[in-house]
Amino acid sequence: MKKLMKSVALSVTALGLAVAGAQAATLDDVKAKGFVQCGVSQGLPGFSNPDDKGNWTGLDVDLCRAIAAAVFGDAEKVKYTPLSAKERFTALQSGEVDVLSRNTTWTMSRDTSLGLNFAGVNYYDGQGFMVRSSLDVKSALELSGASICTNTGTTTELNVADYFRANNMEYEVVAFEKADEVVAAYDAGRCDVYTTDQSGLYAQRLKLTNPGEHIVLPEIISKEPLGPVVRQGDDQWFNLVKWTHFAMVNAEEFGVTSGNVDEMMKTENPGIKRLLGTEGTFGEMIGVGNDWAYNIIKQVGNYAETFDRNVGPETPLQISRGVNDLWSKGGLQYAPPVR
Amino acid sequence: MADTKNPAGTVPSAGIAFVRGEMAGDEPPPASEVGVIGWVRKNLFSSIPNTILTLLAVYLLWLIIPPLLRFAFFDAVWDTSGLMAEYNLDKPDRRLCTTAAQGGIWPDGWVGACWPYVATYMNQFIYGRYPLEEYWRVDLVYFLFAAGLIPMCIPAVPFKRENVIFMIAIFPVLAFVLLTGGHISLEGFLLPNSIIAPSVTKFIIDYVILTAILCAIAYGIARGSESPPGPSIRGVAVAMGLLLLVLLIFAVPFGLEHVETEVWGGLLVTLVIAITGIVASLPLGILLALGRRSQMPVIRLVSVIFIEFWRGIPLITVLFMSSVMLPLFLPEGVNFDKLLRALIGVALFSAAYMAEVVRGGIQALPKGQYEGAMALGLNYWQMIRLIILPQALKLVIPGIVNSFIALFKDTTLVLIIGLFDFLGMIQSSYTDSTWASPVQSLTGYLFAAVIFWLFCFSMSRYSIFMERRLDTGHR
Repeated sequence: MKKLMKSVALSVTALGLAVAGAQAATLDDVKAKGFVQCGVSQGLPGFSNPDDKGNWTGLDVDLCRAIAAAVFGDAEKVKYTPLSAKERFTALQSGEVDVLSRNTTWTMSRDTSLGLNFAGVNYYDGQGFMVRSSLDVKSALELSGASICTNTGTTTELNVADYFRANNMEYEVVAFEKADEVVAAYDAGRCDVYTTDQSGLYAQRLKLTNPGEHIVLPEIISKEPLGPVVRQGDDQWFNLVKWTHFAMVNAEEFGVTSGNVDEMMKTENPGIKRLLGTEGTFGEMIGVGNDWAYNIIKQVGNYAETFDRNVGPETPLQISRGVNDLWSKGGLQYAPPVR
Repeated sequence: MADTKNPAGTVPSAGIAFVRGEMAGDEPPPASEVGVIGWVRKNLFSSIPNTILTLLAVYLLWLIIPPLLRFAFFDAVWDTSGLMAEYNLDKPDRRLCTTAAQGGIWPDGWVGACWPYVATYMNQFIYGRYPLEEYWRVDLVYFLFAAGLIPMCIPAVPFKRENVIFMIAIFPVLAFVLLTGGHISLEGFLLPNSIIAPSVTKFIIDYVILTAILCAIAYGIARGSESPPGPSIRGVAVAMGLLLLVLLIFAVPFGLEHVETEVWGGLLVTLVIAITGIVASLPLGILLALGRRSQMPVIRLVSVIFIEFWRGIPLITVLFMSSVMLPLFLPEGVNFDKLLRALIGVALFSAAYMAEVVRGGIQALPKGQYEGAMALGLNYWQMIRLIILPQALKLVIPGIVNSFIALFKDTTLVLIIGLFDFLGMIQSSYTDSTWASPVQSLTGYLFAAVIFWLFCFSMSRYSIFMERRLDTGHR
């Protein structure tokens, strides 16, 4: 009996090692199958959302396309797996997707206990409040006694509890399962305040009867850094995803856009030369061609371009750069140099 | 006297008395008892409580119907191109369905259905994200399905046997090849790869070994139950042979582009899941119901455990287990299709319910039916096939169709495992900010309700038709 147990334990260990071994080289797997399998949301405007032709667009989708551009030189070699919030981590752990780019908040517990790594932050979000302008509220600190509409079972509910308790204010929660129900309830006057991530507030405002009569309060009560996630223990793939995002931020900093990248290839600026691969072998260091960043910028664009295209002031969402601006312009987007 | 003119039917009697020779013609009933007025009086205002209820009902209808009609028809947006020309819009988008305050073209306070949004998304609602240039394949499957189903449902149309064979054997294979593109690679599954390299040949060898094992099991069971083993072994061999044939057809490259099930969606997924569930659950359910009533303890126990297990867990749990837990148990790289997992889950789940419905019918038959069948010298399967099932199934048609309708609507639950069925596709379109407006979700849900109702209502009507047709008047 003991012997049997031992052999079972041994074979389980062996299986575990085999699984870990198989997972180690995501980049090789991706190159072999010829596309990046990218886990996205089931539809979040501006981040990952299918349009009426079924094409995926959004900030998170552009990151996947950028990874494909870096690996294959072709941003279209991506397949998307829409994932619900509940199954997203399993899908990544089990290898169903290569990268999870699904407006996922980077938290300590997720980073440390799930066997996953966050490869950067492509959008700094935070929870905000929307109220009717007729209430004449200028700050979230005046919301004592308010009834608050929110989604059930998300961190937003907990954040609200923390915030109101910390500021010693009374409140009442009116929670619903679906975002649509929350908006409808707020629009019908069931509650005074609507709270969710700020990017979501802007998206849902389009569904109100009188969007002009509502304002988003300046306070942001939580940190929601959203970014791509990869499996732990595969540093090569982790580096590739991380530097894909950094390349887009660096490109914005250097003023390299999809429009002028061909001219920029002739520039003498050493930083741009290293980025675009006319100098050095930085692509090889992450296991792809040296023109990796050129392909990203040419086919997807720099960070500013994807931001403006998907969530910026010209889109229905009308989100300003704010904290997502470059560090040199007062924001938080900061990329280490390509050197 | 003779030439006195007799009014018809009166007996001449010297004018003293008058006796009618025949019955007077019927007076027309009073106007208050016939026609519309009579019906209304009799059915709607026959008593004071009845009158109050009628008035209440009319009031409720008055509250509900006119706004609904206004929303869905009169105030709705229909004329896309006309409105675009009138308001100088460059492309159809949310401006067509929003008020001025929301950034659109309508006066404040306007509420109406946004049909241009449904029209724009119609392809996605029907095909999901199936590639546009491959739509013809889905259309062909829809057409073949209708062409097989409609004559089968009309009793007067001949060739029923051929029709059933087409629907049960040929259509599923055709549909599978057309929808996925076929050409699955068969690599074998039993022998280790070191003996023979993975290939179709190895698959066939493995398959033959598996068939031999199954035949041996069938032989064992037949010996155990003291019936001749010949027929059961033959049955297993024939079934496995047919399955092999189907699998080999799937392996043939037909030159169709492979379309993975991730991009399927909309009505396509709803129908695939519902029809597979319906087709698989009825025979499985019948077998389970017979198994539960069987004299053989092992078969009875297995059936009872199966039925109670699947009836005891919610469908959502089944789907979650299949999508979240299963991948963790499977070795890396083994990743079988999400839609297939859902299909198996739904089919087994509904088979358990179907088994109990059918068992109800079997138990409703009097013992004399069994005894009569046995007295005629029929064996078990003949008795079941010729005497028991035809009567039992007829009794439980309402229950069976009830399960079918419930199954059809339960397909919407697959949204939570990331499959986009019809409703899921509609909900997913709500996130498109191009059409975001307060009426977007109302329109979408209204559309979903109408389509679901059409499907379920037609199933219900057909079941009533079958009940009447098969009614042999036992009451």
